[in-house]
Amino acid sequence: MSTAAHPLATTTVAARDPAARGRLTALVLGLVVLWPLLALAEFHPWALFGSDNLQVMANFLAGFLPLSTAADFLALLGKATLETLAIATAGISLAFVIAAPLAVLATRSLAVARIGPGPGGIRGAAARTVVRGVLTALRSVPEVVWALVFVRALGLGPGAGVLALAVTYGGMLGKVYTEILESGDTRPARALLEAGSGRLGALFYALVPGTAQELASYTVYRWECAVRASVVMGFVGAGGLGQLMDQSMKMLNGGEASTILLTFLALVILADAISVVVRKVLA
Amino acid sequence: MSLQLDAVGLVHANGHRALRTVSLALNQGERTAVIGPSGAGKTTLVRVLGTSLRPTEGRVAIAGVDPWRLSASELRRLRSRIGVVHQSPPIPPRLRVVTAVLAGRLGTWPTWKALASLVVPGDIAGARSALAPLDLADRVFDRCDRLSGGQLQRVGIARVLYQRPDLILADEPVSALDPALADEAVGALVAASEANRATLVASLHAVDLALKWFPRLVGMKNGEVVFDRPTAAVTSAMLHELYATEGRTLPTQGVEEGDDDMRAGNVLMLKRPGCQ
Repeated sequence: MSTAAHPLATTTVAARDPAARGRLTALVLGLVVLWPLLALAEFHPWALFGSDNLQVMANFLAGFLPLSTAADFLALLGKATLETLAIATAGISLAFVIAAPLAVLATRSLAVARIGPGPGGIRGAAARTVVRGVLTALRSVPEVVWALVFVRALGLGPGAGVLALAVTYGGMLGKVYTEILESGDTRPARALLEAGSGRLGALFYALVPGTAQELASYTVYRWECAVRASVVMGFVGAGGLGQLMDQSMKMLNGGEASTILLTFLALVILADAISVVVRKVLA
Repeated sequence: MSLQLDAVGLVHANGHRALRTVSLALNQGERTAVIGPSGAGKTTLVRVLGTSLRPTEGRVAIAGVDPWRLSASELRRLRSRIGVVHQSPPIPPRLRVVTAVLAGRLGTWPTWKALASLVVPGDIAGARSALAPLDLADRVFDRCDRLSGGQLQRVGIARVLYQRPDLILADEPVSALDPALADEAVGALVAASEANRATLVASLHAVDLALKWFPRLVGMKNGEVVFDRPTAAVTSAMLHELYATEGRTLPTQGVEEGDDDMRAGNVLMLKRPGCQ
């Protein structure tokens, strides 16, 4: 529509694509910022293929073979695997309990005061900022640090790992849930809020149906990350496969270490399969 | 629910002015169609009446009160009495029809009932009877992504019928329907307004539907009200003047039948029961 045909229009149409300059600038800026970062991180991939380095790595890896299949070790491994699964599952469940209400509070598309804007808008915006701050604080401390803290309080064992996962992953889940809820189609939620619906009604009748797959698949992915994270936490005494791995490495038993690594591979494949099934169910 | 706009103006956040000095008053139970070319401000007007847009200038009174002076809970209660049919139905595709319709009462249902209804639908009979006048009662347990665009638009209408609001606002409610179904759907909205003494404001692209079903017409152009009068007093010249920028013919549903009449410039020949 030209300006002449539409006297209310206040802008004129540009002859060239007005977005092009911004995009080019962003591209150049990206390169300028990334290159020194790579240099700073001492990123020299070609060094991997130097003949000395290849020899060193080969010797190191050779120590991991053959796989350890001793019956008593496998029994220990089975118990540790179950423990790891229990830590990850309990940790993610607690993290969900922390994350879900915070995400609902932080989601802008569920804020009825933004329509208009209506009454309570400033309070709502302040509350969202606080909640986002809490989520950031929770996830900015690595789980292994939390584990060290909780091991002091609860003693060695899985309990510390569960709490550490709950806190850090609660922050991560909350942040990403918020972003998933805001990135879907927000019109259905707005329409319900405009018809007097409450926050939870709009959440479950409008936002969740459109984003259930993403929410579930991210949660399962985080569960997979929790399984892996429990290794690192095992090193600080929080139980599970990690603690077993720690013992094997300290005894320089490469065979046991690689059996444990294979177990990890199996667990990740399991998580992937769960994710596929869940997405299919929610499709 | 009565409505009153006093010299209302609205400038969108991007600087585009959508309404200027619009004044309009409707009594409870009154039915009005808003017509005008695309970009006239019809949607904005409907959204201002539905308390989803706050005017930049002028005053709004819904049921006698300024909605923007109410507390959050009072505003929520007011909104639960307003039902809006959107042009593109804001219904997530994964929702089942029954859930999409029952969502109409979320404003009055307590939270526990809303959540329980997601597990076992709380009022299947109610959903069915809201869908029945739109010929969709048999699709009550289908998922919305299995419906056509026209069927989904009718589910959006059924949601508002189920809500039973005191003010029905419809923004191009039948844009995706063929002439026969469009007629039926507008008829269902009019019947709902008659049954509950609900005020009905519908923006319509098809002039013949507006002429047939509404006793009062508001013509809008460039964000202003051009005319506002009883349908019987709207002349062919006024309509042609309104749509002058969109060519010589008036937008209607029954284009084939109406073609000759329109070429003769005689749009009021279009069927208007009760006005002839």
